Amino acid sequence: MPFPLPIAAPALPLDEAGKYVAAAYIVFVVLLVVYVAIMASKLQRIEREVRELADHAERRAAGAGESGGQAPPDAVASRGAGGG
Amino acid sequence: MYAKGLRTLSIAAVAMLALALSMVFFYAPLDADQGFIQKIFYLHVPLAIVALVGFVVAGLFAIAHLRSGAARWDAYSYVSIHISVIFGAAVLVTGSIWAKGSWGHWWLWDEPTLVSFLIVFLLYCTYYPFRYAIEDRERQARYASVFAITAGAFVPLNFMAVRMAQSLVHPRTFATAEGGMPGEMMLTFLLCLAAMALLWATLVKFELTAKSASGQVRRLRRALSAPAPAPASRIAPEVD
Repeated sequence: MPFPLPIAAPALPLDEAGKYVAAAYIVFVVLLVVYVAIMASKLQRIEREVRELADHAERRAAGAGESGGQAPPDAVASRGAGGG
Repeated sequence: MYAKGLRTLSIAAVAMLALALSMVFFYAPLDADQGFIQKIFYLHVPLAIVALVGFVVAGLFAIAHLRSGAARWDAYSYVSIHISVIFGAAVLVTGSIWAKGSWGHWWLWDEPTLVSFLIVFLLYCTYYPFRYAIEDRERQARYASVFAITAGAFVPLNFMAVRMAQSLVHPRTFATAEGGMPGEMMLTFLLCLAAMALLWATLVKFELTAKSASGQVRRLRRALSAPAPAPASRIAPEVD
């Protein structure tokens, strides 16, 4: 013979229980979305820093190129003396 | 390095979550005792199990850190605790919602399961100010590892103590005497547990990847001798 069902805690009707179930699952989804939003802001900061570093590296490369392309004055003088 | 396999893991976690939630609402039968509100357990219990296992895993990573001295183990431990604390917050909120619907109270202070979980949660909440209080990064990592090991050992002891407690107002998901859940419920529950574990692993990997990217940016900045911005966090361990 099967055990009788416990009657101490009767089941809530669906319309009553539904709001609690919905609230629990919504809390879970909201926590996930908040976490993803925080991680997205971190990702934005990393992207901004990478962009700054890329700009910095390009400026440095351009500066090095300019100083490398211009011959120093003493080299020009010695070239002029040798070529005459 | 940390991003390897992240996409596959993310897709697996999302697919598993979708499947598990579909089974919760369309496959698992209604509980004869509690009715529809029992559906909260498919969320609440796996979250609790994964959070507690995550705390223990953080302790294991901390042991690896103290044994090897490698900073990455400290980062694993930190991130595991971080994600488990988030899961723990979800456990407390979803449990309170269930308690309100089922017991008519948001919280019962004389229920060992609830209070013990709150103690574990609050214990791990102190991990952040504990780390923050130590300036030196190496000491911070070492002390945090000792904390993670001690607290990680406390978790199973606490769980067993609650299981042995006499108060059984809080339902036991795996019944010990009159049989467990029926097959459909058990299958759904195990899928929910697997989905939560996958979600936890994905978030840990995601967070580690973000920390690694920040570490690489800092390395690049040092190599280029570029001006450094204000540090984003003094608590989080650096990952290279």
